[in-house]
Amino acid sequence: MRTILHVDLNNFYASVECLYLPELRNVPAAVAGNPANRHGIILAKNMLAKKLGVRTGEALWEAQGKAPGLVTVPPDFAKYLRFSRLARRIYYDYTDQVEPFGIDECWLDVTGSLHLFGSGEEIANAIRVRIREELGVTVSVGVSFNKIFAKLGSDLKKPDATTLITSENFRETVWPLPVEDLLYVGRSTARKLHNFGLATIGSLARVDVEFLTKTLGKWGEVLWLFANGLDSSPVRRIEERAAVKSIGNGTTCPRDLLDNEDARLVFTVLSESVAARLRDYGLKCTGVQIYLRDNRLYSCTRQARLRAPSYLSTVILDKAMEIFTASYAWQRPLRSIGVRALDLVTEKDHLQLSLFEEFEQHEEQREALEHTIDAIRGRFGHGSLLRASCLLDGRLTGFNPKEDHVIHPVSFFK
Amino acid sequence: MPKIDLTVNVRHEPGGKAVPTSIIWEDGRVFAVDRVLDVRKAASLKGGGLGVRYTCRILGKTVLLFNDDDSWFMEK
Repeated sequence: MRTILHVDLNNFYASVECLYLPELRNVPAAVAGNPANRHGIILAKNMLAKKLGVRTGEALWEAQGKAPGLVTVPPDFAKYLRFSRLARRIYYDYTDQVEPFGIDECWLDVTGSLHLFGSGEEIANAIRVRIREELGVTVSVGVSFNKIFAKLGSDLKKPDATTLITSENFRETVWPLPVEDLLYVGRSTARKLHNFGLATIGSLARVDVEFLTKTLGKWGEVLWLFANGLDSSPVRRIEERAAVKSIGNGTTCPRDLLDNEDARLVFTVLSESVAARLRDYGLKCTGVQIYLRDNRLYSCTRQARLRAPSYLSTVILDKAMEIFTASYAWQRPLRSIGVRALDLVTEKDHLQLSLFEEFEQHEEQREALEHTIDAIRGRFGHGSLLRASCLLDGRLTGFNPKEDHVIHPVSFFK
Repeated sequence: MPKIDLTVNVRHEPGGKAVPTSIIWEDGRVFAVDRVLDVRKAASLKGGGLGVRYTCRILGKTVLLFNDDDSWFMEK
């Protein structure tokens, strides 16, 4: 049986800010985006703000209603990345099998280190003490025999606590919990399960697996295995970079988009970032997907295939605009849009040439051009070379998704 | 002000070890570090920051010097 730890940095962004600004520690405080750019949501909050009911993801004005006098600070992602690295360096003292899940969570497989450092619980406590003393922030750790229960455990007791879930006690500790606490039971799955009267993880575990497969498809079986503690997915070493499945960027605009011209400006910035990231990875995409969300927060995605694999911003932009004009009739102004490159292939992949179109020479020149742009930006900064269209509306285009990009948890099933 | 940014003279030894030898106070006075009692990575909860913490003896007093990415500060 494996011993797996899930280490979760508590209120990560807020804890880091509180460390650097000790005066924040005794007042309700939160890290929040800039409301002037309509990014005004709570990204993290400290314990005092949490007690007053402030929740991650809610709008700034909602939070200020609950916690008058809430102090907010802007996020500083470079600082958080540094902390994340420092924390990971501590984990590496105990095992080389460390799999990050977002910026503030990691799974550690310590099965092979038990004879060196003691039981899983002892390692968890040692890590907690070191993070507290060396980094000045706290972690909660879940110790279990699979990744799902370890993650569940780290959420049970916060902050600065260790929770042990063993094969003997998981029926008493995990099964009474609401089914929403299980990883990958989101809003709509939870609703379906509740409709069947499955409110707790235990009831999900005890139901017939074939019934679940019939109603939820293959996800039903996966969730059933999770609930029964039968998850066997390994903790991946960090070096084993998971194959990238898609690359996308999206943004909530400082003002609503009103016409195709507005949309084109924002799509331009996003496509450039997506294309540059594809080139960084040495990948080309064969499909493009756009994401739209209107000012009533209704959202949808549309996608289409490219004629040939590409990592050119112009190709991605043209395709995005083509999908966009074909699928959106401006029923309402748009609040957020995004572009995603799908069905990725390696850049040196074999290419199906076309008999009828002249294409290859052009393509090579354009690729050389975009590589040159990358090189210039790499040396002199992103702003050193911009499209003229970026000057039309500086508010809409004045962002750099490639470098402002933040790491979010990627899929569990890589 | 619990955090005091400092100018510190440091001796860099072969092998990468760095030892503070003296600190320069705000008014220009120089105080020699008589002894380094302890070196470890630590967070400064009072000062607000983190880094390598040097527990030093200066003029008979125990002083905590922090090296945060090569900018030094003292916890008071």
